[in-house]
Amino acid sequence: QTRAGLWGDHGQEALESAHVCVINATATGTEILKNLVLPGIGSFTIVDGSRVSGEDVGNNFFLQKSHIGQNRAQSATELLQELNSDVSGNFVEESPEKLLDNDPSFFSRFNLVVATQLPESTLLRLAELLWNSNVPLLVCRTYGLVGYMRVIIKEHTVVESHPDNTLEDLRLDKPFPELREHIQSYDLDHMDKKKSDQLPKSYKEKEAFRQLIRQGILKNENGTPEDEENFEEAIKNVNTALNTTEIPRCIEEIFNDDRCINLTEQSPSFWVLARAVKEFVAAEGQGSLPVRGTIPDMIADSSKFIKLQNVYREKAKKDIAAVGNHAAKLLQSLGKAPESISERELKLLCSNSAFLRVVRCRSLSEEYGLNTFNKDEIISQMDNPDSEVVLYLMLRTVDRFYKQHGRYPGVYNYQVEDDIGKLKSCLTGFLQEHGLSVVVKDDYVHEFCRYGAAEPHAIAAFMGGAAAQEVIKVITGQFVIFNNTYIYSGMSQTSATFQL
Amino acid sequence: MADGEEPEKKRRRLEELLADGMAVDGGCGDTGDWEGRWNHVKKFLERSGPFTHPDFEPGTQALEFLLSTCKVLVIGAGGLGCELLKNLALSGFRQIHVIDMDTIDVSNLNRQFLFRPKDVGRPKAEVAAEFLNSRIPNCAVVAYFKKIQDMDESFYRQFHIIVCGLDSIIARRWINGMLMSFLHYEDGVLDPSSIIPLIDGGTEGFKGNVRVIIPGMTACVECTLELYPPQVNFPMCTIASMPRLPEHCIEYVRILQWPKEQPFGEGVALDGDDPEHIQWIYQKSLERASQFNIKGVTYRLTQGVVKRIIPAVASTNAVIAAVCATEVFKIATSAYIPLNNYLVFNDVDGLYTYTFEAERKENCPACSQLPQNIEISPSAKLQEILDYLTNNASLQMKSPAITATMYGGNKTLYLQTVASIEERTRPNLSKTLKELGLVDGQELAVADVTTPQTMLFKLHFTT
Repeated sequence: QTRAGLWGDHGQEALESAHVCVINATATGTEILKNLVLPGIGSFTIVDGSRVSGEDVGNNFFLQKSHIGQNRAQSATELLQELNSDVSGNFVEESPEKLLDNDPSFFSRFNLVVATQLPESTLLRLAELLWNSNVPLLVCRTYGLVGYMRVIIKEHTVVESHPDNTLEDLRLDKPFPELREHIQSYDLDHMDKKKSDQLPKSYKEKEAFRQLIRQGILKNENGTPEDEENFEEAIKNVNTALNTTEIPRCIEEIFNDDRCINLTEQSPSFWVLARAVKEFVAAEGQGSLPVRGTIPDMIADSSKFIKLQNVYREKAKKDIAAVGNHAAKLLQSLGKAPESISERELKLLCSNSAFLRVVRCRSLSEEYGLNTFNKDEIISQMDNPDSEVVLYLMLRTVDRFYKQHGRYPGVYNYQVEDDIGKLKSCLTGFLQEHGLSVVVKDDYVHEFCRYGAAEPHAIAAFMGGAAAQEVIKVITGQFVIFNNTYIYSGMSQTSATFQL
Repeated sequence: MADGEEPEKKRRRLEELLADGMAVDGGCGDTGDWEGRWNHVKKFLERSGPFTHPDFEPGTQALEFLLSTCKVLVIGAGGLGCELLKNLALSGFRQIHVIDMDTIDVSNLNRQFLFRPKDVGRPKAEVAAEFLNSRIPNCAVVAYFKKIQDMDESFYRQFHIIVCGLDSIIARRWINGMLMSFLHYEDGVLDPSSIIPLIDGGTEGFKGNVRVIIPGMTACVECTLELYPPQVNFPMCTIASMPRLPEHCIEYVRILQWPKEQPFGEGVALDGDDPEHIQWIYQKSLERASQFNIKGVTYRLTQGVVKRIIPAVASTNAVIAAVCATEVFKIATSAYIPLNNYLVFNDVDGLYTYTFEAERKENCPACSQLPQNIEISPSAKLQEILDYLTNNASLQMKSPAITATMYGGNKTLYLQTVASIEERTRPNLSKTLKELGLVDGQELAVADVTTPQTMLFKLHFTT
């Protein structure tokens, strides 16, 4: 089975070694698991103390009528296991509350915990525990037509962020000596002698490069001209490749990060290597990052093109070795073995040095704390009263309702009318307590009563896909996770991310 | 309750209230359902709400409609199709038909979760239907192991809503054209009963999109042809068993032959930047292509394909199919106003969605009812018309066949898809329109794989 594709073999290996815990085999929970089991997560454990109800079977693909009355964790595990025999599926027939009471260290064995459909009090307890044990937590929830996700990781570093649109690293504005030598070996043939004396140096080099490509592509090995179409496309590529060589602001921030400046024996290899690159930039790099070593897709059979490609490849190798020397010295000064950073890690970080990312999330207690919650963000977003942040406020409100009444609003038809008033009180109380002078339309209070804490399958399925991919990003360390709250509205088919 | 009411009336009213209150909890009825089965769905159908569609009326009739009457067609039983079937079945739909021309390949198993290793080689539509029907009681999925082009107009007319999870733009344009052909106008007014909504989903790696097409009212597939980038994704299932393009041959060599033959040593990975590697792939691709009589494998194409492969991933399919299913539900029940009309999704960096209204094209060849005009000189060659039909961004035809009504009969001016006719009509391409006997105002009928109906073009001669 070909699975690795998008995150490569090493990403797949990380996935196959991972063990994820999912709390509650709700539709949301099992849909997330489906999307982890299919690509081959190593193992999963479902924690769920509930028994399967008729309602559960109605919206969950991994529960059947025959499971009604049985343990939900076990029932779902059996059907999920069928999807992929390479995955190890486990279950714990226990409510998360009991586990938190009796065996809090239970959760430390996991690479990541996903919590679905949890009441606020349990969630806050769990979040605190996992924050202190440095276990990443992803909260995921389906409530009516609203989907909600919250990622809680202290620090998540990414080497392979795989940005969609990247600029090429051709160094034409700051050609390294080997490149200059190589270009000069051609420009005498093709530059108009008169022009070459008057033009500024960098322009001359750009033109020389263009000529080089022109010459290399237009005629193939046998000297027969290629067709115009090939040539046009190649030249297009070249034009987009002629950008300024500079260090992205994001990377400067990483260089100036406390974790980069103050290395310790506990520093992960990401920071040691970041520091090594920083030192390289100041020394051999002469203000630039290590050369990436790949050049754009230029169509050619020409050996000239291949020679050019090799110039970049060789320079990249040289730069990697220089960074490696800095890294070795740093490791030594930290009292760490030189082998603690592999050649592979070194190469990977160097070739991705322009794309490194660091994500840090606020804790849930910071988000909920009356003195620490992100008041500014909420108020500014609520300038638009239909901003997705209003859905967040409503979720907080139904949680408050649950705390006060022991149930969610509007579950039964006869409750809806009265609960609207009660929910509105909860909302007013919540806003007042937080000093939030925002206006929430009555329509949203009505709508959230109408939802009656329903978990429609199609919304759970959406969140299942969204959440699973974030889990995969954390485990593989590739691509970039959101930070930190994601809200999806199935009603408007819109979504938004907030940092709360 | 009024104070003056008799006790008996009060009791009965209380009973009604309680029965009403229990409506969400019970409802076994005679549908073989169990208690609470449709609780999650009912809350959206039995209760009024502030954001519902103006046509929405809360009650039990909407669920009844879903369970007993609503007929939905799912086109494609692959990555998106499996998700769509599951989502629709768990939303209350029962009369679900699914059509797919492919059989199951081992490479499908990491996404297409209705299939197991034992199913490899069997038709996707049939296995998907079997699995759904056994997992979800009373669900009645009907399968068709067919190409969409094998089914006629009467087949498509029976559905209330059609939802696509296709991997081909040509197929999308075909079904789009089919539904546009159903539109019926009376005195210039569109008859709503002739409209069959089309929900279309597509994915590519971490990106996806969903569009809601209400024929005759919103932008159709043809209106926004330029939104579809040149296709660079190649479904693995097609590559393994039914290659149609030179790209499929190249992919076959890259994915299957290379790991098998390890031509540059054990464990040596394919390097798209190594010309020797590309050369090897190129040679093998030529061999595979000749087996299937496929033309077009070049060195350049080989390199392009090797470096641009975008594998499929379960999570994107899950997201896109979920959006599609929610829209099908909205349209079938009027519970909410549907997406108007295009959503784009990308989770490479965080998660991103963008929703906008794609606009109708005034002179859309598929949905505008306006004749298509071609302004051309009578001394232009027929080749020019052929080039226009294939190259024009709004038409993008693949191998159009051109006929004209002349001398009381239909004259085939050029047709590519039958070798003998191609040979016979090829000389026409270098003849001028005048030489071919075409006149100003002449109507040409054009047939192509991209549309189920022939398209009419009117020639307007320039001087």
